[in-house]
Amino acid sequence: MTTAFVLNGKNVEVDAGADTPLLWIIREQLKLTGTKFGCGIALCGACTVHLDGGAVRSCQTFLRDVVHRRVTTIEGLSANSDHPLQKAWIAEQVPQCGYCQSGQIMQAAALLNANPKPSRREIVEGMDGNICRCGTYPRIIRAIERVIGEI
Amino acid sequence: MSINSTRRAFTFGISAAAAGLAMSVRPLRSVAAPGNAPIAANEESPPEITAWIKIEPDDTTIIQVARSEMGQGNFTTLPMLVAEELECDWRFVRPRYVGANENILRGHAWGSMVTAASISVRESQSYLRKAGAQARHMLIAEAADRWQISPDECVARDSVVTHVPTGRTLRYGEIAEAAAHRPIPADVRLKPPEEWRLIGQSIPRVDVRDKVVGNPIYASDVRLPDMLFASVSACPVLGGRLKSFDASRIRGMPGVRRVVAVEGIAVAVLADSWWQAKKACDALPITWDPGEGKQVSTQTIRETYADGLTADDVAIGRKIGDVNKALSQALSVVHADYEVPYLAHTTMEPQTCTAYVRGEDVEVWAPTQNGEGTLVNVANTLGIPPSKVIVHKHHLGGGFGRRGLAQDWSRMAAHIAKQVDRPVKMIWTREEDIQHDYYRPMVLARQSAGFDAAGHLIGWQVRVCGSSILVDLSPDLLVNGQDLEMCNAFRDADMAYHVPNFEVGYVMRNNSVPVGYWRGVNHSQNGFFRECFIDELAHARNQDPYLFRRTLLSTAPRSLAVVDEVAKRANWGSARKGLFQGMALVECYNSVTAQVVEISVDDAGVLTVHRVVCAIDAGYIVNPDIVEAQMQGAVAYALGAVLYGAITLRDGEVEQSNFHDYRALRMNEMPRVETYLASSGDKYTKAWGGVGEPGTPPLAPAVCNAVFAATGKRIRSLPLANQQLRS
Repeated sequence: MTTAFVLNGKNVEVDAGADTPLLWIIREQLKLTGTKFGCGIALCGACTVHLDGGAVRSCQTFLRDVVHRRVTTIEGLSANSDHPLQKAWIAEQVPQCGYCQSGQIMQAAALLNANPKPSRREIVEGMDGNICRCGTYPRIIRAIERVIGEI
Repeated sequence: MSINSTRRAFTFGISAAAAGLAMSVRPLRSVAAPGNAPIAANEESPPEITAWIKIEPDDTTIIQVARSEMGQGNFTTLPMLVAEELECDWRFVRPRYVGANENILRGHAWGSMVTAASISVRESQSYLRKAGAQARHMLIAEAADRWQISPDECVARDSVVTHVPTGRTLRYGEIAEAAAHRPIPADVRLKPPEEWRLIGQSIPRVDVRDKVVGNPIYASDVRLPDMLFASVSACPVLGGRLKSFDASRIRGMPGVRRVVAVEGIAVAVLADSWWQAKKACDALPITWDPGEGKQVSTQTIRETYADGLTADDVAIGRKIGDVNKALSQALSVVHADYEVPYLAHTTMEPQTCTAYVRGEDVEVWAPTQNGEGTLVNVANTLGIPPSKVIVHKHHLGGGFGRRGLAQDWSRMAAHIAKQVDRPVKMIWTREEDIQHDYYRPMVLARQSAGFDAAGHLIGWQVRVCGSSILVDLSPDLLVNGQDLEMCNAFRDADMAYHVPNFEVGYVMRNNSVPVGYWRGVNHSQNGFFRECFIDELAHARNQDPYLFRRTLLSTAPRSLAVVDEVAKRANWGSARKGLFQGMALVECYNSVTAQVVEISVDDAGVLTVHRVVCAIDAGYIVNPDIVEAQMQGAVAYALGAVLYGAITLRDGEVEQSNFHDYRALRMNEMPRVETYLASSGDKYTKAWGGVGEPGTPPLAPAVCNAVFAATGKRIRSLPLANQQLRS
């Protein structure tokens, strides 16, 4: 069965079961591997993407959920990889191993879409569903605060 | 940037695999020491100037990296060491991984590839700096020859050689090819630290851009033509075996191609996509033979270890004076028993490996802390010569000790791939990852210490009991069959406290639970035992724990300086109302780290860790910003374990399965971390210190000592989630 949706601004059609997690559609069928597998049950946030602009865990979002909707991954966050958050992540030297960072950035982008001037508390509340085993949390907060100051 | 190197490796893999090319590398003359390798012809790049450096005509400077990048910054710090002496323009530097097979075939021209024990900088800094200096000499000699002047009249800087008297210049890119064919000078002077221009600077990491745009730099991102995806299920009872499975029940499921047994301990389902493989694997009826492992539970292990604490088969890790006599003569003796649970690593990237086996030609794409270890494990698994295996190294989605000597995942991938004629990407579920780890050992400790009439600490005896890491993973390091590393943090090299009568002993009790290296290794649990007990001793004497430590460190200026630094920076003893401090000190990997933790505990017993102050003497510091990042990371890793970390067993099976019951620290629990470099250079030691692990061990005892300060409750068993902090 073919399912159509919009991925990073482009119409795509995929042939897979309706119960297939969006994560594996993106990574294996559409071959965009910036979105990561971390836990499979929406506990870690490594697979975070945007669905119609809001953050969702793609491991628990299924193909049937995205029909004709807009999905954005880290690869589609900005035209030239120059989203203010990506620039801030570089300026603050956030990543260590980096594996969770696509999800962190997508989560942060959705947070700022909904709330352009979050307080420290709102940043933490918006981000504490995303696990980083390397412990980059202080730098993630700094990077988001840098963007708030710059926007 | 790293994209070049990883893409190159990746592209090579695809093209070679697709074309079915022979994978062997032409053997070259072996050499003994790193940095003195012969020049190797390489079809895709300019010749080497020493084994480590290749310079393109446009000045692009490829610096080879033998160790792995797993977040700790090796792709930045190791090239910095070369570039410091090479005097190249840092903007031109492009790190690239050395191939494990090349390293073996060329007699370890690039030294060790081991990325463990916080060893990368401290073990390779000398030969990396030397290689940079040798290459600089070769470039200057080439320029001087062209100008028919003395090399002494030249200086090299920013990838340009300048003839000082005339101002003539030659770019490195113009002379690199010719310089590469000059003899490598044997003896070169290395810059003294006061002349360093790169080392000691917070140079931005070279791998960050890839990591914020989602580039495919990890092994789990590899995509090969015609590739199958594998999901695995291993016997849930640790040490158990595979009995049978009924593949007919899943054959009709979408995408399923093969079901294969793996080493008699697991089953792998291979499908066109990983999700199809995973679903089928879940549906596959499997019968296991649990074996004796089924008798094992946390409680049976605890009983065995408790008996072990009084057993006679003790391996003594360190002995000073006569501790039994001292304790019998002591006026007062303090006893305490401690316990820590097994801990899993939970790298963000679950265990994964891709392999393609065509007869004796094998390629592996691996997130490995030890490229050669992966190569040898795969070769041995398949019974083929190591020279037939190509290991493509990728940046790791976390390491923490899981991906070094423990190579179960690469062996498993090889086993699976040899059963099909297509490349296979194996990815474990998080559940497999948590239930089939090489855990930090569960350990019980018993300590006794005695004071004389004057209040001096005159004797201290330590017994620890648990499974040996070395027996499983590094038996060559056993001493007369004994694992003395289980005594680390209490031994000559890593305990600075002076006690006139001291003894630490380890009683080995192995079982079916695999144990391995976890960030900080034995220093982490032993540091907890030691530093909490020191706090107990201080309170037993009604002394301030900081001042009590000072009295034991009067002959240990390095540790004393670090403790003094952390006390000063944390305003020890002057915490704001409602906040309580705890201190700990651990010496490991030739670094000394002390931490002061500030916590509060509310009336309901809820703990909040507000602030962690770290002071570290890691000798010379290559990149201060990366050290700060490692201290933040170590605190987060250790604090998650202190609060929640426990792997428990019931009927031989691990009871935890994912991040809901094996929790990681989250942002709302992250304290403020302050890092102070108390670097003493070679004032106290000629060796450089490690940075990746030393921030981990002091955290648990510092937190628990602060809990005592706040509540009067002594924590002798982890994690804190199992403890009532207010009664």
